[in-house]
Amino acid sequence: MIVCKELTVFFGDRTVLDHFSLRIPDSGVTVLSGPSGCGKTTLLRVLAGLEKNQGGTVEGISPQQTALLFQDDRLLPWRTVEQHLTDVLPKSRWGEVPALLALTELEGEEKALPSTLSGGMGRRLALARCLALDAKLYLLDEPFAGIDLPRALRILERLKKLPAPVLLVSHEESVLAQADQLIRLDGPPPHRM
Amino acid sequence: MTPSTMEWTKPLKKVLYVLPAPAFWVGVWQVCALLVDRHVDGRGNELLLPYPISVWNALVSMLGTGDFWAVVLASLGRIAVGLMCGVLLGAALAVVTHGSRWCDRLLSPAIRVARAAPVASFILLVLLWTGRNRVPAVISALMVLPVVWDSLSQGIRAVDRKLLELAKAYRFSRFKTGKLVYLPSLRPYILTALTNAAGLAWKSGVAAEVLCLPDPSLGQRIYYTKYYLDIPELFAWTAVTVALSMALERLLRACLAKWGKGWAA
Repeated sequence: MIVCKELTVFFGDRTVLDHFSLRIPDSGVTVLSGPSGCGKTTLLRVLAGLEKNQGGTVEGISPQQTALLFQDDRLLPWRTVEQHLTDVLPKSRWGEVPALLALTELEGEEKALPSTLSGGMGRRLALARCLALDAKLYLLDEPFAGIDLPRALRILERLKKLPAPVLLVSHEESVLAQADQLIRLDGPPPHRM
Repeated sequence: MTPSTMEWTKPLKKVLYVLPAPAFWVGVWQVCALLVDRHVDGRGNELLLPYPISVWNALVSMLGTGDFWAVVLASLGRIAVGLMCGVLLGAALAVVTHGSRWCDRLLSPAIRVARAAPVASFILLVLLWTGRNRVPAVISALMVLPVVWDSLSQGIRAVDRKLLELAKAYRFSRFKTGKLVYLPSLRPYILTALTNAAGLAWKSGVAAEVLCLPDPSLGQRIYYTKYYLDIPELFAWTAVTVALSMALERLLRACLAKWGKGWAA
């Protein structure tokens, strides 16, 4: 169990997370939902070690054990689909590339460059690259943005079967309905649980 | 138009696209030489502004000698060594000054001074410190270094912060970050730096050869044309220098184009 206790983050005089607490089970998909600016992305970045929390603690995981899918794709224009995966996989795990491509429904695109992919395909490549990382918690910031709903739900079902838990941000009601755990952040801080 | 006709017209179109500009300037040159000829008697024309055909004849007679290639290869070797050293040192300094604020404060003023100082002063100083044969390479390197440093420093500062954050979050090693993020992002800056550096290396290297007269060298031959007032040969050697500089620049561009094939803008 991963436990966030009383997390507090502020930028200047703006409080983004105010004594926010959360429990993430050891498996399954936890979905975070809420309006813009309520601190969803900041929470993911704190767990990934990219932002510092001014208060509170995170137990059961360290930033080095997480894998973060950024809100934007951040693909490398000079690397092919396959290379994006082999860049993060150790050589001993390169055999997992077809499985990752199948999970994100990108089979047959191995040699394609990001400039030739559609927006949804680029998003799925970014997701596949994130899942290629060996992590104990996957933090996915809007992983289904630009992906058609039936495909998003199919991928979500596969994410539920991953050996590590997934904490994802989504606004899509159908995705929220399929979550193992749903956390709605109703507005600006404070979010006390 | 049949495919075979299209294939035949392709090189013709290319020639028609490339030829007008040089033809225009050769025409301007011919007219100017004619005007000089009308105002000067005897060989005066050959001393002030020779006809293109005289330069062409001088070039052809030079090309026929074995000595010509020895001169060209010797200069090419010296300047290529200088260019390579300048590029490597400039790149290394760009990395160092970006990585450490202390190094930046220490080294940046010295590099800026090297960029602003007159090349003739450097040539004379280096001539005193080393043998005459080494001066062109050292001068080329010294002139190239600040240009490469400046261009690559700008490039390093312009690398996408989001990609660097990705590299950090995905636990890329320094080597991997350099290879996968920095190097490809720097490609346009490397291209600019190398093409500017190649031209500068030739200019400064040949200037150093003219002043130091290493044997054999393009600069030495240019110096001798002044000595014997052989102006067509001066033009011919200058044309050789320009052609070599352009060929080197094209070669570098072609190599970099191959590197960025498929993804480069």
